[in-house]
Amino acid sequence: MNGDNRAVVAEALVHTYGPDESSGVTALSGVDLEIKRGEFVCIIGPNGSGKSTLARHLNALLLPTSGRVLVFGMDTRDERNLWEIRRTAGMVFQNPDNQMVATVVEEDVAFGPENLGIKPEEIRQRVSDALKAVGMEDFSRASPHFLSGGQKQRVAIAGVLAMMPSVIVLDEPTAMLDPKGRKEVMETLARLNKEKGITVVHITHHMDEAVHADRVIVMYEGKVVLSGPPTEVFSKTEDLAKWGLDVPFVARLGDMLRKSGFEVSRSALTVEEMVDELCRLSSST
Amino acid sequence: MPIELQHVTYDYMPGTPSQVRALDDVCMTIQDGEFLGLIGPTGSGKSTLIQHLNGLLVPTSGRVLVDGLDTRAKGADLRRLRQKVGLVFQYPEDQVFEETVYEDIAFGPKNLGVPAEEIEERVREAMALVGLPDSLMKRSPFELSGGQLRRVALAGVLAMRPEVLVLDEPTAGLDPLGKREILGHIRRLHERGLTVVMVSHNMEEVARLADRLVVLDHGRIVLSGTPREVFAQGELLESIGLDIPDVTKMMRELRKRGWPVRTDVLTLEEAYEEISRYLAGTKAGGVR
Ligand SMILES: Nc1ncnc2c1ncn2[C@@H]1O[C@H](COP(=O)(O)OP(=O)(O)OP(=O)(O)O)[C@@H](O)[C@H]1O
Ligand SMILES: Nc1ncnc2c1ncn2[C@@H]1O[C@H](COP(=O)(O)OP(=O)(O)OP(=O)(O)O)[C@@H](O)[C@H]1O
Ligand SMILES: [Mg+2]
Ligand SMILES: [Mg+2]
Repeated sequence: MNGDNRAVVAEALVHTYGPDESSGVTALSGVDLEIKRGEFVCIIGPNGSGKSTLARHLNALLLPTSGRVLVFGMDTRDERNLWEIRRTAGMVFQNPDNQMVATVVEEDVAFGPENLGIKPEEIRQRVSDALKAVGMEDFSRASPHFLSGGQKQRVAIAGVLAMMPSVIVLDEPTAMLDPKGRKEVMETLARLNKEKGITVVHITHHMDEAVHADRVIVMYEGKVVLSGPPTEVFSKTEDLAKWGLDVPFVARLGDMLRKSGFEVSRSALTVEEMVDELCRLSSST
Repeated sequence: MPIELQHVTYDYMPGTPSQVRALDDVCMTIQDGEFLGLIGPTGSGKSTLIQHLNGLLVPTSGRVLVDGLDTRAKGADLRRLRQKVGLVFQYPEDQVFEETVYEDIAFGPKNLGVPAEEIEERVREAMALVGLPDSLMKRSPFELSGGQLRRVALAGVLAMRPEVLVLDEPTAGLDPLGKREILGHIRRLHERGLTVVMVSHNMEEVARLADRLVVLDHGRIVLSGTPREVFAQGELLESIGLDIPDVTKMMRELRKRGWPVRTDVLTLEEAYEEISRYLAGTKAGGVR
């Protein structure tokens, strides 16, 4: 190891879709970003701000128009790194249909590890662990194309878990999940991050999901416009509103109460924290 | 145009070893002008159910009557039915297919026989309703972001001005502002008489918008009633993988800690009122 503790680096990253910069769509216009190994970051930003485009750069599905991206020190522009980058950075897409490759769920989940040349016994173990982690163990023999929306999304997540990548990039993984599924996926990610030190990059439109992240990164019109711990980012209610974003409802309640003269702390972002804070307030002198 | 489901059962791949019973003896009526929320865990049959409302799927057994018309009847005019009952799919990719955003949104109205000069007006209006900038009009729908694509799918159905609007997870992938604005427009259309059926995993959203909720589990209706009635059944909901809104949870927790507050609160505004009313009477209120 060269002492580099950065999982992902983007330097002056520009991405233009289309033939050339004049007639194309510039989706990223100079992104500078560092994500540390073992960090759990959430990326938020309005529709079209460049989140998915950025995500596709993190496992070399897209290559920079200019600037560069390093994944565990590997430059995505160097073709010789491609294999190792795909193995290092696992990706869950916004629409799980784009991810399904096999006709049976367990084969679909096994596809990634098989490509990595993992031994069959270990693959079986990984597939069964991954399906359990997303609550789909009963569907291992089902056809992925005949699953409901949320079931497909769970299988797509299992497929990436089975590859055991060093960094997992998830593009709105909970968009189609029911409340229990959402909670389970969030818990699974937190566990993988804590216990295995896997770096997690989670793109979401649910502000409530971002409150547990180490850091929240805000994108707007192809740029990173804000980055910091959740309490800091979600104290900027007005900036966020200007970008078409929002704060978790607990933070909004805090704002309303503060406007009425109650001294509620800004650090309360979850229901539990708010309940504690309100009880403290009502009994303090 | 009421829609009535009578003992509707639906099997995927009937008669094969992989047969799946997705709906099991579902009976319900969707009244004219109501806003119905349909909730249920993953795989409970929500998408299957709503595809019955415009005849895209017909029951394996039982009947669906749309304005008295049996969707299974020979010679039933399903095309006309689909114009009256507009359905926005769970995944916009299943719905969007034209070469440009404009063409895609114009497709429905064109098929309805809307005069050419009115089509552009409808497309522009629908794009504005869903917050799509004019600059995207000539873009291929497949060169859009996820949220932009969902807006195109919504606009395409709105441009048909259906009498019943059926939405499958309409806000998935929308940014917070888009969510608020689009739901606001839908609510206004509803106030002007549009019947809305909305499938959602977002408990806050349905709690705020729907007149009535129907809860599905394993293809069966397990609960129905006003949002307040349904969300009073927290344990039942949790046992099937659903939940109560977070604000409601917060109020229950405060009540457990001895606060004399209502626990049937469903919106942030209600919660704020309850909490500030109580706080004003405590020491916290004294320091103001
Ligand atoms: N294949 C493509 N060709 C041309 N333009 C594209 C393509 N894909 C995306 N874009 C454009 O690039 C910009 C960024 O898109 P991107 O998908 O990265 O946004 P996003 O932040 O993920 O949005 P969302 O929240 O809606 O998923 C948008 O303006 C979009 O229209
Ligand atoms: N095309 C299909 N072929 C076979 N089975 C299917 C098909 N589509 C859905 N199913 C099955 O039917 C049941 C109901 O699926 P449906 O899509 O209606 O659920 P849902 O409530 O919409 O779920 P979600 O919230 O995940 O979208 C599920 O068990 C699913 O696996
Ligand atoms: Mg995206
Ligand atoms: Mg569905």
